[in-house]
Amino acid sequence: MRLTVDHSSTYTYEHGVSYALQQVRKRPISLPSQSILSWDVSIEGAHWETSYTDHHGNLVDLIQLEPDVMSVSVSVKGEVETHDTSGVMGGHSQLVPLWLYQRPTELTMPAKGLRALAGKFSRSPSQDIGVLHELMVEIADKVAYRTNETDSRTTAEDALQQGQGVCQDHAHIFITVARLLGYPARYVSGYLMMTDRVDQDAGHAWAEAWVDGLGWTGFDVSNGISPDARYIQVATGLDYSDAAPIRGLVYGAGAENLVVSIQVQQ
Amino acid sequence: MADGEDVFDEMHGFGEGVRAPYAGYNGWFDKTTPSALLKKSRDAQTFFRRTGITFNVYGKSEADERLIPFDLVPRIIGASEWALLVRGIEQRVKAINAFLYDIYHRQEIVRAGRLPEHLIRENDAFLPKMIGFDPPGGIYTHIVGIDLVRTGPNEFFVLEDNARTPSGVSYMLENRETMLKMFPELFAQMSVQRVSGYPMALRRSLERSAPAQASGRPTVAILTPGIHNSAYFEHAFLADQMGVELVEGHDLRVVDGRVAMRTTQGYETIDVLYRRVDDEYLDPLNFRSESMLGVAGIFDVYRAGGITIANAPGTGIADDKAIYSYMPDIVEFYTGQAPLLKNVPTWRCAEKDSLSYVLEHLEELVVKEVHGSGGYGMLVGPAASKKEISAFRKKLQAKPSNYIAQPTLALSTVPVLTKSGLSPRHVDLRPFVLVSSDGVDVTPGGLTRVAMKKGSLVVNSSQGGGTKDTWVLKEG
Repeated sequence: MRLTVDHSSTYTYEHGVSYALQQVRKRPISLPSQSILSWDVSIEGAHWETSYTDHHGNLVDLIQLEPDVMSVSVSVKGEVETHDTSGVMGGHSQLVPLWLYQRPTELTMPAKGLRALAGKFSRSPSQDIGVLHELMVEIADKVAYRTNETDSRTTAEDALQQGQGVCQDHAHIFITVARLLGYPARYVSGYLMMTDRVDQDAGHAWAEAWVDGLGWTGFDVSNGISPDARYIQVATGLDYSDAAPIRGLVYGAGAENLVVSIQVQQ
Repeated sequence: MADGEDVFDEMHGFGEGVRAPYAGYNGWFDKTTPSALLKKSRDAQTFFRRTGITFNVYGKSEADERLIPFDLVPRIIGASEWALLVRGIEQRVKAINAFLYDIYHRQEIVRAGRLPEHLIRENDAFLPKMIGFDPPGGIYTHIVGIDLVRTGPNEFFVLEDNARTPSGVSYMLENRETMLKMFPELFAQMSVQRVSGYPMALRRSLERSAPAQASGRPTVAILTPGIHNSAYFEHAFLADQMGVELVEGHDLRVVDGRVAMRTTQGYETIDVLYRRVDDEYLDPLNFRSESMLGVAGIFDVYRAGGITIANAPGTGIADDKAIYSYMPDIVEFYTGQAPLLKNVPTWRCAEKDSLSYVLEHLEELVVKEVHGSGGYGMLVGPAASKKEISAFRKKLQAKPSNYIAQPTLALSTVPVLTKSGLSPRHVDLRPFVLVSSDGVDVTPGGLTRVAMKKGSLVVNSSQGGGTKDTWVLKEG
């Protein structure tokens, strides 16, 4: 499937920025599930500082906001040929050892609720896929998809307690429980083409668990499926803060407002 | 442990008379009156007080800074003894760098079954963000201090490796300067190798480790946490001696994809940063976000090849005392040779059999925290009271994996000057090592720490230890 992406994020600030650096993870790489045909990231109100590949294999751009700007925008235009791999992304090509993906992070620190949820499942080598699918269904059942109830700092435990959240919260809960069950698991940020619309509400996020014999396998709790040809993977990490499209430090800007426009279409 | 015939004295051996490296000094000493020496000793303390070498002792609020006692009898090492040490140190430091490269890449040593995975996996000093990154020149630890102890003429043991941030080099330099001022005639008689070239050697070594993006003569700077740090004096001293800028985090920012320092003429790019700020405070964008001591984005610039950070982030894992216990295997794995320098035999309390042995022999052993340093939180069995031992036993049982234990070695002694003449005191030795793409350079000298109390084996300055000048004699 050939997908085109047209995505812009515009941040506006209460005051002029005095100093700000942002890490931008918005450049996907070619994988068995996707071939990048063209991809372009442009910025306004900021300039490029440097680029590198991080330990998870993500391409990272460091940008600096211009002094005194009141707004900055990051725009992405790209074209990707995707292939349906039934959510199976395959082998682990990075140097990061798999055990690192079993490590809890601040956002995926299990407490009572998540431990209780994990207690309902057990890892079973012959039925890994079945167990993880059931987990996906259970999380979707317990945590309703609802926007504006959580934010990028909400932990998996808090989202579970609240019983509502967005794709990020779903992914965090899945990752945390999968790790408790003994599966290496990671966070994926990217795009999903919702077939009933051109304008998408938000960037997407889902989870991957390491299944022996299959490799990394994706689970999109919010949509109750494993990723197919409508998905584009952009960045991976232990949690949102590792794979976030944009994260950084902004000094002197006061309150921040974000407007996003995303179109993903065939 | 009592001093006696079983302890090797570096001046008098096991009691068989003055050893060769000390012959020249002994001849001079015999012609000197004790009262004149004692006066010189007081002069030395005044000199230090004036130049301001002091040391913060943690946990002593009433006296924030205090003078480290200086003893003016030099510790003397012969040329051939030193050559032996240098070979061993070079081998070990090369192995440490190869080990660091490996654990941040394919972890072959774990795959080969030579090092248990959990030692990396459960180690807080292991920095995942370093995985897959090749530091400039492939060097992780540019500046190393190897702590050695001696038990006989050719018996040296490595007590610990300081690959993260070896401090104390300013004492080596200042002690020598003081000795040169006080005893010029002695230096005229004996051929002592110079240590004063260290600051420029350090600068050249760092310059050679500049990243590919550097052009022209590389710019080096020292990053300090600031004046409240216990080693601030050393940071300022080294910057001055090297002729480079001493900077703090707020002096630096990212400019044109590089890290640059604010100067009166605008921003100047830094190619190599000798940082004395710990990993977790180095970059609020990538590590602890509340850090006020670091530079936002420096780690991004580093991974992009825009700056050399010395020592590399994540290097501290090599200082871990559980890793230390595997150092003979590590040396062999990466160099293909048997280690030239011995490790002190070490019981890992994480292992059941070792733990029960250690618990049964606490009175004889030295027990240390795996991640500890500076002599804090350790038990010296032979010197501890029954009460201290029983309190320590509880701590050890609560978290065995946090401790290792070692036999109490009969550390060598070197005479110190007391009111009643020369008297032996136990010592250790920290030689300072520089690593660049040109190789390993061991400064002929080092920091000799001395337990100022008779019979004491604890030489840490934080525990009341003092220092001495360390002389390495020239060949012939």
